Amino acid sequence: MARFLLLRTVQALLVLLVMSFVIYGLIGLMPGDPIDLMMASNPGMTPEAAARLRAIYGLDQPLLLRYARWLWDALRGDLGFSRVHARPVLQVLLPALWQTCKLMLGGFTIAVLLSMLLGVLAALRPGDWIDGAISTVALAGVSVPVFWLALVLILVFAVNLHALPASGVGDGTWADTFWHMVLPVTTLALSIIGQFVRYVRAAMVDALRMDHVRTARAKGAGEGRIVLIHALRPALIPVVTVMALSFGGLFGGALITETMFAQPGMGKMIYDAILGNDYNLALSGLLFATLVTLLSNLAADLAYGWLDPRISVG
Amino acid sequence: MGRMLQGAPVSLLEVERISVHFSQGGGLFAKGRVLRAVEDVSFDIQPGETLALVGESGSGKTTLGHVVAGLRAPTQGTVRYAGQAIQVVFQDPFGALDPRMPVSAIIAEPLRIARRPAAEQRRRAGELAAQVGLPPDALNRYPHEFSGGQRQRIAIARALAPAPELVVADEPLSALDVSIGSQVLNLLRDLQRAHGLAYLFISHDLAVVNHLADRVAVLYLGRLVELAPRADLFARPSHPYTRALLDAAPRIGRRRGRGSALRGEMPSPMAPPPGCVFHPRCPKVQAICRVQPPLLGPAPNRRKVLSACHFAE
Amino acid sequence: MNVQLPITRPSAVEAPQSPWRLRLRRFRRHRTGMAALALLLLIVLFCLAAWPVQWWLGVDTTTTDLLARFDPPSAAHPLGTDDAGRDELVRLMVGGQISLLVGLIATAFGALLGTAIGVAAGYFGGRLDAVLMRFTDGMIALPLLPLLIVLGALDLTKLGFSPEFARSGAAGFWRVVVIISIVDWTGVARIVRAATLAIREADYIRAARVSGARAGYAILTHVLPNVASPLIVALTLTVGRVILFESVLSFLGFGIVPPTPSWGNMLNNAQELVTTAPMLAVLPGLLIFLSVIAVNLLGDGLRHAFDPRGE
Repeated sequence: MARFLLLRTVQALLVLLVMSFVIYGLIGLMPGDPIDLMMASNPGMTPEAAARLRAIYGLDQPLLLRYARWLWDALRGDLGFSRVHARPVLQVLLPALWQTCKLMLGGFTIAVLLSMLLGVLAALRPGDWIDGAISTVALAGVSVPVFWLALVLILVFAVNLHALPASGVGDGTWADTFWHMVLPVTTLALSIIGQFVRYVRAAMVDALRMDHVRTARAKGAGEGRIVLIHALRPALIPVVTVMALSFGGLFGGALITETMFAQPGMGKMIYDAILGNDYNLALSGLLFATLVTLLSNLAADLAYGWLDPRISVG
Repeated sequence: MGRMLQGAPVSLLEVERISVHFSQGGGLFAKGRVLRAVEDVSFDIQPGETLALVGESGSGKTTLGHVVAGLRAPTQGTVRYAGQAIQVVFQDPFGALDPRMPVSAIIAEPLRIARRPAAEQRRRAGELAAQVGLPPDALNRYPHEFSGGQRQRIAIARALAPAPELVVADEPLSALDVSIGSQVLNLLRDLQRAHGLAYLFISHDLAVVNHLADRVAVLYLGRLVELAPRADLFARPSHPYTRALLDAAPRIGRRRGRGSALRGEMPSPMAPPPGCVFHPRCPKVQAICRVQPPLLGPAPNRRKVLSACHFAE
Repeated sequence: MNVQLPITRPSAVEAPQSPWRLRLRRFRRHRTGMAALALLLLIVLFCLAAWPVQWWLGVDTTTTDLLARFDPPSAAHPLGTDDAGRDELVRLMVGGQISLLVGLIATAFGALLGTAIGVAAGYFGGRLDAVLMRFTDGMIALPLLPLLIVLGALDLTKLGFSPEFARSGAAGFWRVVVIISIVDWTGVARIVRAATLAIREADYIRAARVSGARAGYAILTHVLPNVASPLIVALTLTVGRVILFESVLSFLGFGIVPPTPSWGNMLNNAQELVTTAPMLAVLPGLLIFLSVIAVNLLGDGLRHAFDPRGE
């Protein structure tokens, strides 16, 4: 188990390293470069001064060398300076990370709990009207564009009903923060719940058909006990893995949600950084997003090994 | 094929000291083990002859068949083939035919691969379908519309398409029920007579082997333990393993098992026993068997019977 | 007495049942699948109606009229006008053409890439398989949307394209197609690899090899036709996902570039539209939603029709 964990961690770090190089290279291909931007904002700067700055920042050097220098600084904890926010990247990153954590954990938790309930309910009698209704909702969930879902929610609850705030994070009090989180968290939860319900339903339908469930039923176990103890546990194994895997993908949803509801999280930060040519911030943000995804994959592997006694990981 | 060399017929197929080893498992950290599926096997097949290859499952007979057909390169040894084409008929008639292809395309496939003209492909497919006894409308149909026996006929027709001199038949009857199997067996025999085919007939069914084979090769744990003309082998097996196989085979009018049936399980080919590989299960085992591997050679006073046993009959 | 022999083989009078014919029959019996197909055809017809409607109404997608912003529906503009006074109906139709076309073409490119990688990994196995699958796993582990945004933001002139091309509508279209297809091929690669692995050891492939077939023949003649069914089902679902990707990229401003309309970029300023002209914020998204639902239902229907247990 320890060796497996070590192996996967090394693998994840390797992917992260490769990705950091790829993203570093891609960011260099985005429009403009930092010195051009400086010249644009400071008309007094001469071309000679620009060339000198280029040398100072090492921008005249080959890509590999620049990347190596960035990596060395990053490993020592120096992620550079954010142009747009005029602060060290890490100081911008951490609050945004916290904001996104609240959003993702909230949306994820709601989606998991609700999808368990709906998925099991639909699986009890496959093909009846409850199953039909839940499956239809799930299909709608996987087919809806998230940003449009957010728009519709804003239209209904903020514009028409004036019931909930449409953007921002509020005045800082607990109640107001909560109030402002309702629509974003709902949107994010809805964006994944359809997928989850489909997984849970499929796994439960299979589990309820398994031999040991039939045996338990034949022995006269209560229906609730059968569903909860005998079927749900084995059904959970693949479901938990898939859910953990999709936690990383949730980042895309968070990016959209934060942009739609003007919440200062990682997603919106990355989006603004790319729009504003803030290379250092965009690079670090993207790497953080990759890291979150890799960690969730690792968690999925571990959960799988931990839940399924037949599989010894390693 | 049929070339004469100083009066003696040249073998159609000569298999010389073939070994096939698989490396099992192994990865970044673990060193893989070696599975010796076939170990130092030699035999030949004459034109028009049927050599049966018998043995339990896991004895390496299918692997050996794949080597003869050119599907797998041997780890050591050589295969010399004097004919133009070898073909194979597989065990499972359901997996042997591409479900997406109509029967005419399946039968003509060897010709298509050899880039023969389309008209010849069509003509041959029609001839062959009739030869193996398929209904006239079979050519435009798909495999799933046929029964197991009919599918095996389709596979046989395909094997005959390039006019091979040798057909490797890998348990062609074992997936069929008895009456269908005997029909296919008769078909194989009729085709042999009509085309002068040689068969390498892989089987675990001694009754079928007795019906069709000219000579029989017995394989145990990848080693050839006996190679003898059919009549000799069935009348008086030379190797104790062959005797055990014969005793274990159910025969009409006799209850199975006459005392010397096989003890225990076949050992893993990953860890073959030292000395004679058969010694842990052999009723005639002596001290020398545990140390010295016997070589395949003529049994005492029986020139045509080759046996790998220190105490060959 | 003349004995009438019964027809022992009823199939003798029927037409040969090719696998595709069987599937078509099974699909026709799948009601939601057929309904989805009908809905999809309706949407496609709606998008194709752009040409006659443009000609009939004498409008186009790009002519702005700042005096006619947010006009309500009228005879000249059946769905009214947008924030630049352009005809909303025609823009929805043409935007749909763009969105659906991106969905189809990017899926096709991704399918080519994924199939090539999956077949190579599955058929040849060994070290090639290990390398390709590690690469695929690495791709799967990436956050797709942020990556797509970076790729959508790249400066094409830095990649050696001319500035004229980089600003053109065609560049915007093909950029979206290319970036989505180089990101969204992993699912196809895995499915094709798994199917190839299963088929590689089939005896009919062995039979072809005995007859002298090379890998290329085996792949084209036996492997690809036999992976077609899981592939087609997977691709249907991919089309839906790609349409969603295109819409969100265009919405965020990294996809189809205005003035070329797409269902995604018609919602660019939807946050303002929500208060001024809610219909404009709802309609394009509703069309995306309906298209993706139809495509996903179609996928379910095809899965049912291709189910090997039914064959």
